[in-house]
Amino acid sequence: MDIAGTLKRWWLNLIAHIDFPLLLITLTIMAVGLATVNSATIDSTHRMLSQAGNMGFALVVMWFVSRLPPQKLMNFAIPLYIVGVVLLIAVFLFGIKINGARRWLSIGFTRIQPSEIMKIAMPLMLAWYFQKYEATLRLKHYLIAALILVVPFGLIAKQPDLGTALLVGGAGFFVIFLAGLPWKIIIGLIAAGAAAAPMLWHALHDYQQKRILTLIDPTTDPLGSGYHIIQSTIAIGSGGVFGKGYLNGTQTHLEFIPEKHTDFIFAVYSEEWGLLGNAVLLFLYTLLIGRGMMIASGASTLFSRLLAGAITLGFFTYAFINMGMVSGILPVVGVPLPFMSFGGTALVTLFLGIGILMSIHTHRMLVKK
Amino acid sequence: MGDFHNPEGDLDRFRFRLGFSAVLVLVCFSILLARFIWLQVIQHDFYQTRAEDNRIALIPIVPNRGVITDRNGIVLAHNYSAFTLEITPSQAGNLEETIDALASVIDIQPKDRKRFKRLLDEAKNFESIPIRTRLTDTEVAAFAAQRYRFPGVEVKARLFRQYPLGKVGSHALGYIGRITERDLKWIEEAERQPNYKGTDHIGKTGLEQHYEFELHGETGYEQVEIDAGGRALRSLKRIPPVSGNNLQLTLDIKLQEITEKAFGERKGALVAIEPETGGILAFVSNPTYDPNLFVDGISPENWKELNEHPDKPMVNRAINGAYPPGSTFKPFMALAALETGKRTPSQAISDPGFFTFGNHTFRDDKKGGHGSVDMYKSIVHSCDTYYYVLANDMGIDNIAKFMAQLGFGQRTGVDLGKDDSGESKGVLPSPEWKKQRFKRPEQQKWYAGETISIGIGQGYNAYTPMQLAQATATLANNGVMFRPHLVRHIVDTKTEEKRQVEPKPIRDLNLKEKNLEVIHRSMLGVIKEGTGARAFAGAPYLAGGKTGTAQVFSLKGADYKASAVKQHLRDHALFIAYAPIDKPKIALAVLVENGGFGAQSAAPIARMVLDYYLLGKLPAGAAKEDSDAVEEERDE
Repeated sequence: MDIAGTLKRWWLNLIAHIDFPLLLITLTIMAVGLATVNSATIDSTHRMLSQAGNMGFALVVMWFVSRLPPQKLMNFAIPLYIVGVVLLIAVFLFGIKINGARRWLSIGFTRIQPSEIMKIAMPLMLAWYFQKYEATLRLKHYLIAALILVVPFGLIAKQPDLGTALLVGGAGFFVIFLAGLPWKIIIGLIAAGAAAAPMLWHALHDYQQKRILTLIDPTTDPLGSGYHIIQSTIAIGSGGVFGKGYLNGTQTHLEFIPEKHTDFIFAVYSEEWGLLGNAVLLFLYTLLIGRGMMIASGASTLFSRLLAGAITLGFFTYAFINMGMVSGILPVVGVPLPFMSFGGTALVTLFLGIGILMSIHTHRMLVKK
Repeated sequence: MGDFHNPEGDLDRFRFRLGFSAVLVLVCFSILLARFIWLQVIQHDFYQTRAEDNRIALIPIVPNRGVITDRNGIVLAHNYSAFTLEITPSQAGNLEETIDALASVIDIQPKDRKRFKRLLDEAKNFESIPIRTRLTDTEVAAFAAQRYRFPGVEVKARLFRQYPLGKVGSHALGYIGRITERDLKWIEEAERQPNYKGTDHIGKTGLEQHYEFELHGETGYEQVEIDAGGRALRSLKRIPPVSGNNLQLTLDIKLQEITEKAFGERKGALVAIEPETGGILAFVSNPTYDPNLFVDGISPENWKELNEHPDKPMVNRAINGAYPPGSTFKPFMALAALETGKRTPSQAISDPGFFTFGNHTFRDDKKGGHGSVDMYKSIVHSCDTYYYVLANDMGIDNIAKFMAQLGFGQRTGVDLGKDDSGESKGVLPSPEWKKQRFKRPEQQKWYAGETISIGIGQGYNAYTPMQLAQATATLANNGVMFRPHLVRHIVDTKTEEKRQVEPKPIRDLNLKEKNLEVIHRSMLGVIKEGTGARAFAGAPYLAGGKTGTAQVFSLKGADYKASAVKQHLRDHALFIAYAPIDKPKIALAVLVENGGFGAQSAAPIARMVLDYYLLGKLPAGAAKEDSDAVEEERDE
């Protein structure tokens, strides 16, 4: 009896900070993702087990983070942000150049990608900043927030890594937006952005310009940058309403889809599961975002509200950009599909976010008590 | 952002903004859903087809090209299977290194590398290109053992065209070569592109070109599932190819060979026709070339040698060379005179050895003249004066009209080359022709004096040996004219049915029997007692013939000037003949460039051909020039 009691207490303690709706949704998406990774790599590299390992590790990370109270998380804001920026500067100065992009930093035994840290550090830092000046918020604070946002964004965009820059910038912008950036400024920014578009166009790298051009008409470069879009839209379109069936996608299994287990995994899924599968996946992401918003809405402090909201909208940005580019309505940028694409780093970052959401949610109840 | 802080207001604003974001999320997801519906429902059929096109490749299977045999079934062109070593550039990596490494396993000559480079420039990246052809079994085995070292390199069995007799009959057979831009246009115009998928050779000249679409066959294909790298994974369906139709020729290749030998080193042409059908028995243009050189793609050295050789072996003299017919024109002139009623056979002139027209004197070769000359004597002794007078009496329009019926100055339509492109028209002189030929008004006018030398086959007259042979065959066949042709029948591979190519005469000149009889008798006289008597001494059959000499300096062939410029100004020798005279089985025209007098070099070749064809008599060697004939020839 005593042993049972001990076990029960141990178990209750173990799951004390787990949000089951969130866990259930993410586990469902991950199961779909795992099956799709299996289909994408069954002919060649067999990545399913490796991805399952990544998922296990990410879940452990999530568990640890969920146990940290938001106040502790706040303590990480400044150091993490500073370390992130310093590393980004280091990348700018000593980074390893691969395929024309300077994104990696060698730290002896392995290489790290500091821009990945920024995906969490950015909303954390900004949420902390707005929390700190909550009572005395003025225009200059938005200007400083913008500065906090622009420096890492610029460094990442310069690498160049437009996809990550968009995700980092997006996460930061959501914080500022949710913190109450005046609509006048938002509309002004949009107008200024539209006016500056031609200049921005020239600031883009050749390969980035090309990606946007091929989005408008992929057939201009069918064997080059248009190839990805052409083949992935063929995969999606040929899937039809019910899909070709699991493991039966011809575009997938005859190797027509490039990067099919990473950035283009959605084409694989969509070809085999069709419109119905897509609707289910969109619904799952909507549930995930909905749950995240509920958590944000019910959070107890401005810091946790802003952080939860930004992380949640970050998931949306990931999913929308990825599915948009694979289905040919957004330019191709390197953004994985959250909880689906193969890759350990992205999963860990995503589950850091889930862990934070869980922490915010479960610690809110403790605070109330 | 007011100056005061209101936590409740902040929370409301936060929730409003969150709600706003939620709407944004739903709008964006709706856009995605709309996009999916567009792709997967509305455009589904289109993308379905695209996916299938991606997945399935049709691999063409090239058919066997039709076989060409002579009239007795001797094979003149066929295919044999041989192993080639081929590289697919897109799969092979660094080509230079690959070839260098291959050279350590298999003998690769600089010429192989050159050809590979040339083909590489023309080819698409995913096609395999031969680096070596005709591998021996040992070489195949040597490569097979080292195969793993060479990705993108493989041994393939390919069919090669081969002409077993080499140079013999090459001007008739033609050759095949790799398809060029121009050939592609031809295929497109004929709307045969689908049937040429996978085919890389095509007929370039001669029969190979004329009968290209008969010989080619129907391309089969294999439907295979492929991956993005183009690798075939499994076969879904196979439609076998249908071999090309075979050609059986009217050509007698033994006769051809003997005739070519008879020419020896001399330049010239001979066309022998079966008068009753128009079937060509021998078709010689000398010198000749080996068509096998072209099959793998001719090397630049060989090409240069063939093209720059002073004797122009690539020129098909029989249909592209236009020569004045000289005195071989006289029997046709005589026939025209009889048919138009300008002369009777016995009507005689007194020949002083010249004919004066205006202030110009036309000379006969025999000083002092032939005395009294009737039609028989005019042909047998080749009297020029008789024909000067006759031409003047007939007038150019009548001459041109009659000669046109015999096919002079028109393409014969012989089944060689593509359309008419391979054949020259020659020149049948007439006032109309002159008008078209010249630009300035004073040149365009026809002068009556120009008619005179037309009568003896000189002046503007220029005909191909093929035209001369056709006219001779028509004469031998008593005015019933056939289109000369080399293919007797096409053997359909599918039905095994034999389609005869030329069953009907194109024209009957309705010549009067008594007129024909005069000409036949006179031409028999030529070889019995006239200018051809020496060459035909002792012939056990009766033949009709006529010698001729064409002056090189007055050569008119627009297509064929080079030889005239290059060579010494010795005259061209001509001879026309047919035999046996009562029911001719063979009619021919011979031309020997710079051969001097017709009796001297052309007639002995004709004799050899007739001896073999009628008697089966094999000659000892090349026809010897009859130097003693020179004196006698002065008669011409």
